[in-house]
Amino acid sequence: MSGPEDTVRLAHGGGGRLTRELVGDVFARALGNPILNRMDDAATLELQGRLAFTIDSHVVSPLFFPGGDIGRLSLTGTVNDLAVMGAAPLYISAGFIIEDGFAIAKLERIAQSMRAAAREARVQVVAGDTKVVEQGAADGLFITTSGIGVIPAGVHISAAGARPGDAVILSGSLGDHGIAILSQREGMKFDVELKSDCAPLGEMVRQMLEATPRIHAMRDPTRGGLAALLNEIALAAGVSIEIDEAAIPMRAEVRGACELLGLDPLILANEGKLVAFVASQDAERLLEAMHSHPLGTGAAVIGRVLRPGETGPGDDASRSPATAAATPDTGSRSRNRVYARTVMGSRRVVQMPAGEQLPRIC
Amino acid sequence: MDSSRPGISTGDAGLPEMSRATPRLDFVDDFRESADAIRLLKSLTERAAAGLPAAGRTHATDGGATELKVMEVCGTHTMAISRHGIRQTLPPWLKLISGPGCPVCVTANRDIDAFIEMAQLPGVIAATFGDMLKVPGTRTGLAEARSSGADVRVVYSTLDALQIARDNPGRRVVFFGVGFETTAPTVAAALIEAQRSGLENFLVHSVHKLVPPALAALCASPEMAMDAFLCPGHVSAIIGPDAYRPVAAEHGLPCVIAGFEPVDILLSLNMIMDQLEAGKAGVAVQYSRGVRPQGNPAAMELLYSVFEPCDADWRGLGRIPASGLMLREEFLPHDAQKVLEVDTGYSREPRGCICGQILTGRKRPPECGLFAGECNPDHPVGPCMVSSEGTCAAYFHYEM
Repeated sequence: MSGPEDTVRLAHGGGGRLTRELVGDVFARALGNPILNRMDDAATLELQGRLAFTIDSHVVSPLFFPGGDIGRLSLTGTVNDLAVMGAAPLYISAGFIIEDGFAIAKLERIAQSMRAAAREARVQVVAGDTKVVEQGAADGLFITTSGIGVIPAGVHISAAGARPGDAVILSGSLGDHGIAILSQREGMKFDVELKSDCAPLGEMVRQMLEATPRIHAMRDPTRGGLAALLNEIALAAGVSIEIDEAAIPMRAEVRGACELLGLDPLILANEGKLVAFVASQDAERLLEAMHSHPLGTGAAVIGRVLRPGETGPGDDASRSPATAAATPDTGSRSRNRVYARTVMGSRRVVQMPAGEQLPRIC
Repeated sequence: MDSSRPGISTGDAGLPEMSRATPRLDFVDDFRESADAIRLLKSLTERAAAGLPAAGRTHATDGGATELKVMEVCGTHTMAISRHGIRQTLPPWLKLISGPGCPVCVTANRDIDAFIEMAQLPGVIAATFGDMLKVPGTRTGLAEARSSGADVRVVYSTLDALQIARDNPGRRVVFFGVGFETTAPTVAAALIEAQRSGLENFLVHSVHKLVPPALAALCASPEMAMDAFLCPGHVSAIIGPDAYRPVAAEHGLPCVIAGFEPVDILLSLNMIMDQLEAGKAGVAVQYSRGVRPQGNPAAMELLYSVFEPCDADWRGLGRIPASGLMLREEFLPHDAQKVLEVDTGYSREPRGCICGQILTGRKRPPECGLFAGECNPDHPVGPCMVSSEGTCAAYFHYEM
């Protein structure tokens, strides 16, 4: 183990003795398994079936935040990308870019947190890489992970799969990760009893697919939040979607922080939530399966995919009962749009987030 | 007003009571109650049936029908109206138009150009609120200046800028003082602290603006056709309701100080109708949970101990006498314009941009040829598309 003063130096990235030491003392100690321990140039894996393969880089600031750290985030980020494709996540590779002078004790803490997350997600880290860059060339630590999972037969999930009439289900409260990170930002610190929702979703997805393998589309609302996710699905599937603002589960702290900071909760990042699109007759069964998993207790139907003819902000349904008769129809000009029903009973547009993205949230 | 029920007036016209019986009101959720909103809306709609009040400036539309125009003068109201879909639920005779309520948007290009010049000087750290970063200047913007090596830092509070000055004694920190009476007292506090602790490297480029002179200028303009003002909640918490009495009295326009949730805004519109129907033009406070009758005298005193009124250039409104704030003589060593003496050169509005007309309610964003095409939040041409309080951004995000 390292002392509190020990730091990563440029020589640790040189590929020689110090590199071996760092990898052995920190990474292999925390993440070791029979495949990784062989320390070959590449992991060799026996896999059968249709594979899902993905990659995710993590540059979150700060590195440690309530409910997690960059280690846990880098593991769950990739696991969740596999999970929402219906795949059972199996193997992970991880690349670490470390800034010269980074405390080894912090690196150990991060590696241990990856270990805990890997156990939770039932995956193994089977390949890794470490580079050290000069001070100022990185902000402490960046981690890139890639992952492989196997998709069970009969599961066909794709953004393009959402269909008119589908129910839109969100697995729990929106915006926890985004606000937890912001509350820690330099120059913005505020006290809020809120933790990031950062968690691996593979096991819940397995239960969901057991309940109904016919999930049409599924994604996790990370960077860009729910607003980006819904717009992406609408575009990919060629449909319009309507959500009900009042139906979206949200913690009072998140709502309050959004009011205070002028943020739209729909664009906040989440790291342990997913949105599923299923035929309305399957929605109840799917909700039950989600409610029976700790990460899905707050799951709720938040909207639906509109049927042809239902689209357009000018239709009668989009106006409040008080003015429906009095307002002239403004006509429809709407394809692949996302709408939100407001507390006023009116409909507004939910745009793809633009111009005001929050930097380095994951 | 019934003072035991903060923010809620049962009004002369027997307006609906809030649905909850408890005296404690949640500051957000209770003002977002769907049932309350729909009742208030119904009350507004029913008023049309009895015929519109003949307010002083009520004017006929092309079709011969009359309509009422209410101008909101606060970017947060503009956003709330768009985001909660309020505009489309209102009866067709009631039009909400946006006024010069977004501080970033009303800042003249010459003042923005000057700050960008300052940011590019050697040894300078430019500190600004985030919205200003992407506002295009005449030749370049702050974001571009930063990419080219200028040290531009986004802060969330004036005190953060002060801290940067403390941490960088060898460099000059210029804070871009943009904002209305809400922001100016915090900048005043920072300047007092800078002077007290001898932080000579803390400078402010003050382009702060005052709301009441702008309203008066709008009213005096012959092409303006408003029937009432929805007055800003936060600004009014500082300046107090009395600040609008001259506008109400001299121009006969009802002024209602409104909160920011749907129920606040609908209740305020009902309160405006109360006045119009009674043939009155006074100042009423709907947002009484935030605005005290005397405003915030401590903040005002702080403000005027550091600043004094000066003529100021407003985008869209031009030069308005005594509508800006400049540093008093004893604070001049912290005045960025005086200390850095930048030569701004030639400033002009972006070609084709009608932000000036949008800020004065003469045009709506969809009437701009650039809107949502050449000008969008990722590539803004004018400030109204950049700011989180800008009218074009509100329309783009929520009403397209």
